[in-house]
Amino acid sequence: MKKKTKGNSFLYSGAVLSGVMTLLILLGAFWTPYSPTAMDASAKFQPPSPAHLLGTDNFGRDIFSRVLQGADSSFLIALCVVLFSCVLGVLIGSLCGYYGGLADLVLTRICDSITAFPAILLALVVVSLTGPGAGNVVLALGILFIPSFARLTRGEFARCRDQNYIKSARIMGVGSFRILFRHILPNTFPVLLPAVTIGFNNAILSEASMSFLGIGVQPTEASLGLMLSDSQTYLQSAPWYAFGAGGAVVLLVLGFSLLSEGLQRQNGA
Amino acid sequence: MKQILRKIAALIITLFLVSLLAFLAFQVIPGDPTTKLLGTEATPEARAALRSQLGLDRPVLARYFAWLAGVLRGDFGESYSYHMPVWDMLSDKLPLTGLLTGLSFLFTLLLSIPLGVLAGSIRSRALDNLFAALDQVVMSVPPFFIGMLACWLFGLVLRLFSPGAFVSYEDSWTGCLAYLVFPALSIALPRTAMTVKLLRGAIRQEMEQDYIRTARSRGGSRARQLLWHALPNALIPVITFMAVSLAEIMTASIIIEQVFTVPGIGRLLLASISNRDFPVAQAIVVLLAAWIVLVNFAADLLYQLADPRIRLR
Repeated sequence: MKKKTKGNSFLYSGAVLSGVMTLLILLGAFWTPYSPTAMDASAKFQPPSPAHLLGTDNFGRDIFSRVLQGADSSFLIALCVVLFSCVLGVLIGSLCGYYGGLADLVLTRICDSITAFPAILLALVVVSLTGPGAGNVVLALGILFIPSFARLTRGEFARCRDQNYIKSARIMGVGSFRILFRHILPNTFPVLLPAVTIGFNNAILSEASMSFLGIGVQPTEASLGLMLSDSQTYLQSAPWYAFGAGGAVVLLVLGFSLLSEGLQRQNGA
Repeated sequence: MKQILRKIAALIITLFLVSLLAFLAFQVIPGDPTTKLLGTEATPEARAALRSQLGLDRPVLARYFAWLAGVLRGDFGESYSYHMPVWDMLSDKLPLTGLLTGLSFLFTLLLSIPLGVLAGSIRSRALDNLFAALDQVVMSVPPFFIGMLACWLFGLVLRLFSPGAFVSYEDSWTGCLAYLVFPALSIALPRTAMTVKLLRGAIRQEMEQDYIRTARSRGGSRARQLLWHALPNALIPVITFMAVSLAEIMTASIIIEQVFTVPGIGRLLLASISNRDFPVAQAIVVLLAAWIVLVNFAADLLYQLADPRIRLR
């Protein structure tokens, strides 16, 4: 009981913040106050005002609308990355953990070596193979994030494998597939859920860094990292450009990291 | 001793594999470097001649061993774009990135240990939550955004330095170091927040152990319990994390160099990737990868030195 009250302030504030951000992003998918691409030569570099909540950029475009659109695509990319890597990672991890053997040994070694390298460095190499673009960012980060999920799931499955409820299920003639995904998988959720939120944050941050470096999402598409890279040129004349785009990244990441911290504390970790 | 020898053997094998993978990655890249060098209208004969001159017509493994033999002698090949030895392009940029990484690591170390001990010793629940929340906020800011904020606040508003006007260490050592303080801090802050979180957790855990209760019952002050008894044990997991940090800091400096226009290897790497200048990109990736492997190896050794219980096993 004591642990629950302690974790809840993080869980609640994280849920509220990420909930608000998700709602804003959903809103941005259907409606933005201005068109994100509408240029207005008479309204260049306007500081934040009631008409333009976050000001306007070098083309007189409304930054709030552009942040909504950029956050939208960053969110979508991160979601795809996490879905891709989580599904594959859980699949690999569960099979390795449950069956063990030589394949487990080899795959674990490979995963360990991949996680030893910073994601950005590997993403740079992968993107120089595939070329930049939103799809390739998803592919690069998706592959790079598999090991973290595989490692976690492997450990959990190896731990559950020899427990009595699994043994009895096996004796009762339950099929391997059902044991893996109906009996063991739900038990890994308390560990998996914080990992998903952390993975989501890493995806947001990595995508932003890659787009910032020009090896991620390309200029005709929208991304918060791309906006930050643009805004750097106008740091002197229009600092609100950077604040708007950067603030969105920070709030998005903060919401989910509070959420994962809350979840972990709830688990008593 | 036997264990250390085995670890060194594993290290050499890992370095070999890492260099092979990095080499192969840049060989399967679509896009013929001869197109870049000769333009799209070159005749097939001219291309073939250049390919054999660059050695691109030989089998991949033969090229790898030729390249590796060169690397071991300090010869990283020749840049496609600038027609000069890759090593000459790297040699004046490596110390700069090294300096930035070192400075940043130093800041992380100097900030996170006192702050971690402080966070671990807070006894008020509200204060502890406040500190943890603050920590979480700092962790959520990407280093390049901190860099931009620093450029804006300290560079453009307070005019403590001029962003973009990098001072080469050849001109002035102190000027160069002073310029690197802000980029280094931009990388160090989120890293510090992560280390503080880890150290805080480790100290909390140690403070509940029996040996601390014994120390308390013997009348040791709380500062002595914390610093003399709990801290050394709490630092053991931090050592491994610090090794990861050292690798992450090095790659974060690739990004930060763009923000502060520091002419280090990060900028060179990005330029060479977009120019398809693979010998340069390959050399940098291999060097960074070797660095990461070596740092992890050093952490592994340090970890054993720090904790005799692991050595005994």
